[in-house]
Amino acid sequence: MKVQFSDVSMRFGAMEVLQHITLGAEEGEFLCIVGPSGCGKSTLLNIAGGFLAPGSGSVTIDGEPVTAPDRRRIFVFQERGVFPWLTVEGNIGFGLFDMDEAGREARVAQYIDLVGLKGFEKSYPRELSGGMKQRVEVARALAVNPDVLFLDEPFGALDSITRLQMRSELLRIWRAERKTVLFVTHDIEESVQLADRVVVMSARPGRIRRVVDIDIPHPRDLSSRRYIELRDLIFGEIGLAHQV
Amino acid sequence: MKNRDHHRDTEGTEGSLSVSSVPLWFQRFLMPLITAAIGIIIWSIAVKASGTKIFPTPTAVAKAITTLAEKSLLWHYIADSLTRVFAGYFAAILIGIPLGFLLGWYAPLARAINPLIQMLRPISPLAWMPLAVIWFGVSNAAPIFLIFLASLFPIIVAAMNGVRNVPPMYLQAGRNFGLSTPQLMRRVMIPAVLPRIIVGLRLAFGIAWVVLVAAEMIAVDSGLGYLIIDARNAGKRYDLVVAGMLMIGLIGLLLDTAIRRVEVWISD
Amino acid sequence: MSRSRLLPLTGIAAALAAWQIAIMLRPSLIPGPIAVARGIGELAVRGLLVKYVVASLFRVTWGYLAALVIAIPLGLLLGMGRIGEMAANPILQILRPISPLAWIPIAILWFGVGDVSAIFLIFLAALLPMTVATMNAVHNIDPVHLAAARNFGIPLRARMRDVLIPAILPQLIVAMRIALGVAWLVVVAAEMIAVNSGLGFLIVDARNAGNRYDLVVAGMVLIGLVGIVLDLLMRRLERLDSVRWGYASE
Repeated sequence: MKVQFSDVSMRFGAMEVLQHITLGAEEGEFLCIVGPSGCGKSTLLNIAGGFLAPGSGSVTIDGEPVTAPDRRRIFVFQERGVFPWLTVEGNIGFGLFDMDEAGREARVAQYIDLVGLKGFEKSYPRELSGGMKQRVEVARALAVNPDVLFLDEPFGALDSITRLQMRSELLRIWRAERKTVLFVTHDIEESVQLADRVVVMSARPGRIRRVVDIDIPHPRDLSSRRYIELRDLIFGEIGLAHQV
Repeated sequence: MKNRDHHRDTEGTEGSLSVSSVPLWFQRFLMPLITAAIGIIIWSIAVKASGTKIFPTPTAVAKAITTLAEKSLLWHYIADSLTRVFAGYFAAILIGIPLGFLLGWYAPLARAINPLIQMLRPISPLAWMPLAVIWFGVSNAAPIFLIFLASLFPIIVAAMNGVRNVPPMYLQAGRNFGLSTPQLMRRVMIPAVLPRIIVGLRLAFGIAWVVLVAAEMIAVDSGLGYLIIDARNAGKRYDLVVAGMLMIGLIGLLLDTAIRRVEVWISD
Repeated sequence: MSRSRLLPLTGIAAALAAWQIAIMLRPSLIPGPIAVARGIGELAVRGLLVKYVVASLFRVTWGYLAALVIAIPLGLLLGMGRIGEMAANPILQILRPISPLAWIPIAILWFGVGDVSAIFLIFLAALLPMTVATMNAVHNIDPVHLAAARNFGIPLRARMRDVLIPAILPQLIVAMRIALGVAWLVVVAAEMIAVNSGLGFLIVDARNAGNRYDLVVAGMVLIGLVGIVLDLLMRRLERLDSVRWGYASE
């Protein structure tokens, strides 16, 4: 297991947010964690990233326990994580401070290309759309060649059309780099579209209700029977009606 | 998105009155007491160590304050200062707020008058003193005029910006429900604008208080500002000087806190 | 002439005209715009214009820069450490309502009458608002930025240099502009009371030495003009790319 949560529990004051989470993510896997608001999924991710210490239990990555943030596992926030005072180039090259100039330039150019932002190297984030800023953040994360990527509802601030586009983009980039990805979302459709496996969490206090294997090959047809089956399965797990 | 625009000229230099995660009673009472105690001790040591004959020790200052209080001079001075500052300040409110509303509502008017405001703003209120003396003679009115001037600009700007920044959708909703313009003003604009204006009013008062002291140093013979200058000139009574400074600080802080209370009360 | 220029110019012209008419209707010691313009000319010819403006600017520059050099590091320190801020807060809150001019007797005691006193007053006037503003700016940093920097393994000192400072720069520059405005107000006031040159002194002297109210108002106009120039220069800084992002509604 690349990432292993062992009996992780967490409480904030008197409030229990996570209970006995045991979960593993394999190398190169795209794992989605889905659940209603407040179920602790973001907290879980923060613990995995080393930004929070678990109340009990532990997280190991490659066997090593996680105690602090580390550049081998990069957190992608929503587009506000991009540094507004740096250009696109500056942002993507941010983590590459121990590379020589030439190497850094080459790496930055490579990732600008990968995320499709060619031509915007010298632009500032305020000149970019939400989707573009999100791509800058992904590029910045990938440029340091981390082992694991954590994404916490990265597309939450985007409109639904952009969101669809960004999902394809993300999958394309992921297939090119094959990093282990832990992706938190409250959007069930999103999880079925993206993940290899979907971890369904309960409402607070967060527990794992079920882990669903998404056995549809990419590119996934959103109208296919299997897709709808799996989606409805997860809807049912969370307890949502199928009609509006 | 952070609401920076209306904060630009106002809150930036304002201090927060508390830090979030520590109990309030500790911050508001215990910590200031501790800091004050430490400050007084350092002050005492510094004075004794430097061997100065003029700069007062904390005890000398405390004695000076009590003597003044006994002689009832202190209360007269404070009353005079307060009267002046409130007179000038309220006059500025009476004129500044309507004017600011007008400027905020009619953009072309604002553009026309703006250069005038920009031109007058950097001129220290004290520089108006000679003109004030011509207009009002050597009397209480001159410092009041200075305070009026000093408070006027921030109040106008606060009112103007307040009106400008009312979200247009509020006004649209008002019109949608059939409100006439006077009703729109009364039932939508004024409540929407009030919280922001109060902040501007508080800052303007801070300015008024600072200018009051400066104004009293020049043309009058009572008040806290006068106390400071006179204490030095009439006999190098630095204990009175520092006493005056402390009282100015305390009273100014009290008034500021009072206005903050009003702010909180209004936004409920 | 573009429409956007027309209104402000009309406003200025109308104000000047009203002023001139008011003077002509009710003559008093106060001069009209034309007399003031002549007064400025006279100062220029006598070489006093440049001399006084430079004197005032000199004092402002020294006091202001000294304040920045101390206020910004101090504000950073206080902003980052909670204990420091809680301890300093009461002191700052007490000192804030005290007019810099109230420090004149102490300034004279420590530095005598003259330039240093004036510079000290300006230093004081700019120090407090800058410290508080820097402290606030540090508080208002989006924690996401600092978290991201830790994530990438950036060591503490580099985090301060490459993330903290750029993040607070927009607010810092606004505060610097406001502090400069305050410094300019205080220099004039200080010069009216405690020194023998500069624009503030000009106003007091012109009146005392012969009721030259045309020079008094000329002095006021000059003060206003220099103040505007200083403000505009500082606003230029706000347009730099690495800072522009911090101001809403472009």
